Amino acid sequence: MRSLFVVLTAVAVIALAFWAYRENYETQAAQSEAQGIQNDIAGARQRLRVLNAEWAYLNRPQRLRDLADLNFEKLGLLPLRPEQFGKIDQVTFPPVELNGHLPITNPVDVSNMEQQP
Amino acid sequence: MIRTPLRPLARILQARAKGENPDAIERENLRLRHEEQRDRARKRAESRLLVLGVFFFAAFAVIGGRMGVLANTEPSEPRASVAGADILAQRADIVDRKGRILATNFETHSLYAQPQQMIEPVKTAKALVRIFPDLKEERLLKDFTGKRKFLWIKKKISPEQLQSVHEIGEPGLLFGPREMRLYPNGNLAAHVMGGASFGREGVHAAEVIGVAGIEKFYDERLRDPAKGHEPLQLSLDLSIQTAIERVLYGGMKIMNAKGAAAVLLDVHTGEVISIASLPDFDPNNRPRPPTKGNPSDSPLFNRSVQGVYELGSTFKIFAAAQAIDLQLVNQNTVIDTSPPLKVGGRKIGEFKNKNYGVLTVADIIIQSSNRGTGRMALKIGPKRQKEFLKSMGFFEATGLEIVEAKGGAPLLPKRWTDLSTVTISYGHGLSSSPLHLAAGYATIANGGTRIRPTLLKRDKPQYGERVMSEQTAKTAQSMLRKVVTEGTASMGDVPGYAVAGKTGTADKPKERGGGYHKDKTITTFASMFPAHKPQYVLVVTFDEPVETSGKKPRRTAGWTAVPVAAEIIRRVAPLLGLRPQIEPPVLSGITLTSN
Repeated sequence: MRSLFVVLTAVAVIALAFWAYRENYETQAAQSEAQGIQNDIAGARQRLRVLNAEWAYLNRPQRLRDLADLNFEKLGLLPLRPEQFGKIDQVTFPPVELNGHLPITNPVDVSNMEQQP
Repeated sequence: MIRTPLRPLARILQARAKGENPDAIERENLRLRHEEQRDRARKRAESRLLVLGVFFFAAFAVIGGRMGVLANTEPSEPRASVAGADILAQRADIVDRKGRILATNFETHSLYAQPQQMIEPVKTAKALVRIFPDLKEERLLKDFTGKRKFLWIKKKISPEQLQSVHEIGEPGLLFGPREMRLYPNGNLAAHVMGGASFGREGVHAAEVIGVAGIEKFYDERLRDPAKGHEPLQLSLDLSIQTAIERVLYGGMKIMNAKGAAAVLLDVHTGEVISIASLPDFDPNNRPRPPTKGNPSDSPLFNRSVQGVYELGSTFKIFAAAQAIDLQLVNQNTVIDTSPPLKVGGRKIGEFKNKNYGVLTVADIIIQSSNRGTGRMALKIGPKRQKEFLKSMGFFEATGLEIVEAKGGAPLLPKRWTDLSTVTISYGHGLSSSPLHLAAGYATIANGGTRIRPTLLKRDKPQYGERVMSEQTAKTAQSMLRKVVTEGTASMGDVPGYAVAGKTGTADKPKERGGGYHKDKTITTFASMFPAHKPQYVLVVTFDEPVETSGKKPRRTAGWTAVPVAAEIIRRVAPLLGLRPQIEPPVLSGITLTSN
């Protein structure tokens, strides 16, 4: 009985040591993977910053104005002016399709109450 | 365990036979047993103590060993932390109110040399001068062949330049990474941005520090690593700023002015939507401050914040508003503006020595009569006038979030006499910046509460202290509207946007004192729109403008600042999302009185 207990303990210690060893290496692998990903993120962010800066530089108002001037014949872009605001009641209604019927210009209300049960 | 009996029969019988007391044997045996028990207990206790001692020793040894290890290890960055992922930029971005970038960082390289590692210094110096024409070949050669072990050649170089320096193939030329501040929009809002430069420098990194403007004001906030990924959002609007700077620049050229400034302010939140000062500079390449001449002529000088000028008749509305607020007059009170008006031994004159005769208060503002406002100011008195102007912020710097704002404290008269009261009522004798004026007009425009201009985006109104009643503010607005429809600012009308405002033309004081220039003026137009429900205040100021389309050169605000301000409103109001509206008609026959 006593020797069995000793053997079982020894086996358990070996098993735990093996488990700890494996966990250790797995953790290290995961850490280096995480570091790699972090580096990738850092690189991506850095690239994003550069791209953002370039985007802002390409969209600087001075350049857009020059481009609008250069392409005036094609695009006809001008600064926004107050006259360009419209009102919804200035828009005409689309023409009514007649489909062979005459337009009803003088409608009369007709009740059909008595036809209903 | 076999217990020895306390009274062994053999010995008892023996003792009895000898006539001894058998109890002595029992006591003797009991004593022996007790001694044996005591020895055993002591032994056990000793062994326990030993185990405990070993245990304590081990524990302390572990702690001590760990401390020693910690004390001797090299510090290393945590490898698996999530928090670190955001912090990469040294300095936070600055964006406008819609999130468009105004300032950001850019990776670049610096170029330095270690001459003792150089192989062909002569050839290298020649090649470097070919790449960077601003370097001097003799100077480089002297440095490369002399005793120096280290020298900076360029603080910032572009990728193309980096490549061409690489192609020289000289091992003594080395590159260090540099993060530099980039203002992608160039001159836009240059005075707000200010600029940045390098602080402490090493080969592998350099500090980027703000040197002026908002970069310096918020230097700590921008460099704070905990907020490195959070951009600083300003109240400026990039496209509106562009439009205003463009129109203002055109206006400055047409009016032959030395300089110009414009401020656009939201009257409820106090946000500065746009603030411009011309001439300007490129914050990417900030010029050095001038060592001689007048510092206010330098492009670095921010006219809208640092420039304190006597802003002329634009101040008249404050005197009128205060007189109405104190119920000394109403807008139809008749005041005699004919000469003479003598205060403190000085005669008060009018523009071109006109005589307007008898005018109502509204007409005094519309015609811009100095004597009329002077008489109102005398009724108000110096003490109350002082308090009123103080409550609108005319006694202190504006507190705008750029370092230069501290230099824009108004110039006040040393002694506030009756004469000062009269001259200040028409804008002479008190110098303030265009931004002060904009804040004062915002008070009128928002219904009478104090406004403190800010460059940071806000999302709710300021609700400052009340300076004047809402009714007074409304009356002042309607008078200002009439200045545009019938008075001196007739060119300022923009159909659909009901501009209200007041012109101001002030002669420039001579630099060395002793009176005013005859042919140099500061012209200002302070306006608000739309007049029936003001939302924005625009102040346009020109320095020494001359309008030359007529027979005589014209230097008044009505001919210079007003048309430019009108064009700015025409361009900017649609961008602000304001639709042109038909002005609601003034109710006729009903006069609002408060008695």
